Amino acid sequence: MSSKVLEIKNLLMQFGGLKAVNDVSLDIHESQITALIGPNGAGKTTFFNCLTGVYTPTSGDINIIPPGKKLIRANGLKPNKITEIGLARTFQNIRLFQNMTVLENVMIGRHAVTNAGVLGAIFNGKKTKEEEKKIIHDSHEILKVMNLEKFANEFASNLPYGAQRLLEIARALATDPFLLLLDEPAAGMNPQETIELIGTIEKLKHEFNLSILLIEHDMHLVMNLSDMCYVMDYGRLIAKGTPEETANNPTVIKAYLGEDF
Amino acid sequence: MNRLEILKKSLINAILGILLTFPITVIKVNTIEKEITWRWYMLALVGSVIFVISYLWIRQQERQKAGITFKFKESKLGIKYHSLMDKPGVTKRVLIFSTILIIALPFITSPYTTSIFTTALIYIILGLGLNIVVGLGGLLNLGYAAFFGVGAYTFAILNQNFGIGFWLALPLGGLASALFGAIVGLPVLRLKGDYLAIVTLGFGEMTRIVTENFGALTNGPSGIANIPKPTLFGHTFGYFGSTRFVYLIAVALVVLIIFIVWRMENSRIGRSWVAMREDDIACEAMGVDLTKAKMTLFIISASIAGIAGVLFAAKTTFINPQSFTVWESIMILCIVVLGGKGSVRGVILGGLILILLPEYLRAFQQYRMLIFGFLLIVMMVFRPGGIIQNVRKIYKIEGDLSNE
Amino acid sequence: MDVGYFFKLLLSGLTRGSIYALIALGYTMVYGIIKLINFAHGELYMIGAFTGLIVASVLNYAGVDPVLTLVIATIFAIIFSSAFGVTIEKIAYKPLRNTQRLSALISAIGVSMFLQNFVLLFQTSDFLSFPNLIPEFKFLAPVENYLSSPQILIYICTAIFLIGFTVLVKFTKIGKAMRATAQDSKMSLLLGININKVISVTFLTGSAAAAIGGVLISSQVGQINFYIGFIVGIKAFVAAVLGGIGSIGGAVLGAFVLGLVESFGTGYISSDYEDLFAFLFLILILTFKPSGLLGKSLKQKV
Repeated sequence: MSSKVLEIKNLLMQFGGLKAVNDVSLDIHESQITALIGPNGAGKTTFFNCLTGVYTPTSGDINIIPPGKKLIRANGLKPNKITEIGLARTFQNIRLFQNMTVLENVMIGRHAVTNAGVLGAIFNGKKTKEEEKKIIHDSHEILKVMNLEKFANEFASNLPYGAQRLLEIARALATDPFLLLLDEPAAGMNPQETIELIGTIEKLKHEFNLSILLIEHDMHLVMNLSDMCYVMDYGRLIAKGTPEETANNPTVIKAYLGEDF
Repeated sequence: MNRLEILKKSLINAILGILLTFPITVIKVNTIEKEITWRWYMLALVGSVIFVISYLWIRQQERQKAGITFKFKESKLGIKYHSLMDKPGVTKRVLIFSTILIIALPFITSPYTTSIFTTALIYIILGLGLNIVVGLGGLLNLGYAAFFGVGAYTFAILNQNFGIGFWLALPLGGLASALFGAIVGLPVLRLKGDYLAIVTLGFGEMTRIVTENFGALTNGPSGIANIPKPTLFGHTFGYFGSTRFVYLIAVALVVLIIFIVWRMENSRIGRSWVAMREDDIACEAMGVDLTKAKMTLFIISASIAGIAGVLFAAKTTFINPQSFTVWESIMILCIVVLGGKGSVRGVILGGLILILLPEYLRAFQQYRMLIFGFLLIVMMVFRPGGIIQNVRKIYKIEGDLSNE
Repeated sequence: MDVGYFFKLLLSGLTRGSIYALIALGYTMVYGIIKLINFAHGELYMIGAFTGLIVASVLNYAGVDPVLTLVIATIFAIIFSSAFGVTIEKIAYKPLRNTQRLSALISAIGVSMFLQNFVLLFQTSDFLSFPNLIPEFKFLAPVENYLSSPQILIYICTAIFLIGFTVLVKFTKIGKAMRATAQDSKMSLLLGININKVISVTFLTGSAAAAIGGVLISSQVGQINFYIGFIVGIKAFVAAVLGGIGSIGGAVLGAFVLGLVESFGTGYISSDYEDLFAFLFLILILTFKPSGLLGKSLKQKV
């Protein structure tokens, strides 16, 4: 088995009396697609927000192991630090920079891996100019991979819905992650778009050598894509295994469909 | 709604408006002589003004509902303008001509005009500085005049105590203001939106109150007088000469700051500010350190205000705390908002309109603040982007456009 | 320590607190329901005071009984202030309900500028003196050094208004609708609550409270001008934030805390810095406990 890139131990996130994430432990392995599924309100997005630094977990460990580097304990790090380490995320309720162009949205993603500052901007020396050129070039390459280059100069708000979801992914890719966290990437897509998305995610995984953690409702997507599957309900992990195993797990079926089935 | 219906509704609004404003517009009380004056003619005046405004207001609302928006490019004037400007060489000629005009202005007009234009230029500098925070970063700063004041007082105090002149004070004022910005920035940067606005307002007012009461250094409410005008390599100018000289310095500073803003706007840093304005959470998730970004914004914008402050002190040779109240901050905000948030051209236009118009339309001056207040509302309701809407840069991708 | 001085400051702090409470109520209700800092709320207080002064002067010069004059002037102040409140909501805030919050705030600043200058232009920039209408209460003679009749009246009126208001919010249908809208305006709309009506009532009651405060404080202080609303408005806002914006009990608590701090601060430290305390408070509270004393902390949804 390949080495771990992320290791979660006994993660607890408590809001007042509510344990939104309760004692969750899971590992994500290099070059694998791991899916996290569960009914609405199971705590999946809260879990994501703990990983990405939006919330500081109440207790437990979040350990990030960048490939070939030392382990970093990421509890309480700010979101931008997590991104710098190499975790990038998308948002369930699309959060694009609406009044910027599609290309610019991706260019923001390159922020973490570039470093021109205020003085650089004002004097606009050779180094800054070259960096800027490279940002434009790299961002455009990413748009091409995601098949979005025809929209490059459109405002993000003018994109069709499916393309907005893809742009979310493109923007995350631009930060050069080794682990990509996708929060319901297929939400609101039609079946045709979902099929295309499966292909795109597969392609990204190989082309960028990515590990992927995916929150999803669409079982079709999960079945087709994931190597490993975790199921959450009421903040707890209730099952893990291959997609087939979990789909046939009686506890999971009960969690999704209720006691009567 | 057809025209008749709009007219009918406007008539009703006019009657309601007359009723609403009745005590304040019609009855005038003289509490010393204990006399009441009934100004019945106000009914007609107020009624007709409200009627006209109401008619235009509703008509515009109907138009926007129908999806008709005003685009300069598509208007008659706009088409003419563009067909003229697009001819080869025209832009260049216009640019050269206006440069000559701007530089020649103090030599062909009266010192009075020059002085007013200098004021407008100072406000343009302030507008450009505030625009970085409000327009690009999306953070509303309602205490901006305090930074302006810090610059002005730095010059005045340093000059009184150490005899420091304008040219050394210019960077020092900017620096002092930047430092002040950093101090204010530390506690407020965790806040966002309207809370940030109110806290900056609080800071602004606190600064003014402290200035008024810290007499030993600031000479309290009476302010500091006899601030020297700038010199040129030790040469002092007479009244006319120094008015011209201050004007030219103001022009140079405006050009410099426009250049800096343009460079920053489309740089890596500037983009991250705009992204922060659009969505701070997503921006942070893209690896942008929000605290650092906000701090940078605050400091740069503060130092620009500080520089404007030094220039202001040199121009008027007298400053007191009343020049740096919250209404001053709001005036600068008006320039940015009316002109166009985030747009350099917009801010310049805003500064010119808001400062020059009241000066030249004397009859209008009395109603200045009333009309500006109303314009703020109108702008927010009908054209929140300002007169000149900000556009994002379109990047050319080299070598990749062959198949399009 | 001079006990008499202490009591004087305590009572004057409570007076300030009462006025702040009446105004802070409007801020906190509007914020609770449409999430807008109604920057112009202080101007409604000013409009109330001016309407009160104008009506009171007309009646007073005509020789009407002072108490009756005060009552009629207050009623007129409430009517006109509320009408202004509802009107500005319709014109300047309603069209902006679904846009960025900063747009609405800028519009509110515009309203504030407009109203101040409106009164300045049509009335005067000078201070106008408010007719002396409040009778001397005989029973206050033993304590007249500490407590004046206007102060007693302010306490009583504030108490009555606050009780009445609590009853409105807690026990009436519209009060229930207001609380529901504050919780979740979209859901309330789905449940058939008339949001426009709720918002109008909110502005109406808030303005009425401000108008009462305006008339009361003006008759105590004795003079007003067009600018009185701005600084008091800001302070009342500080009080609302201090208590936890959106919380009605919090606004009242915050108002009294601020009133007392200002009174003792100016009495024992320095009156030069009278206005500084409110701003210091504002910055400290928002920096260290943005949810205020009684407010709930709100996590932004990601």
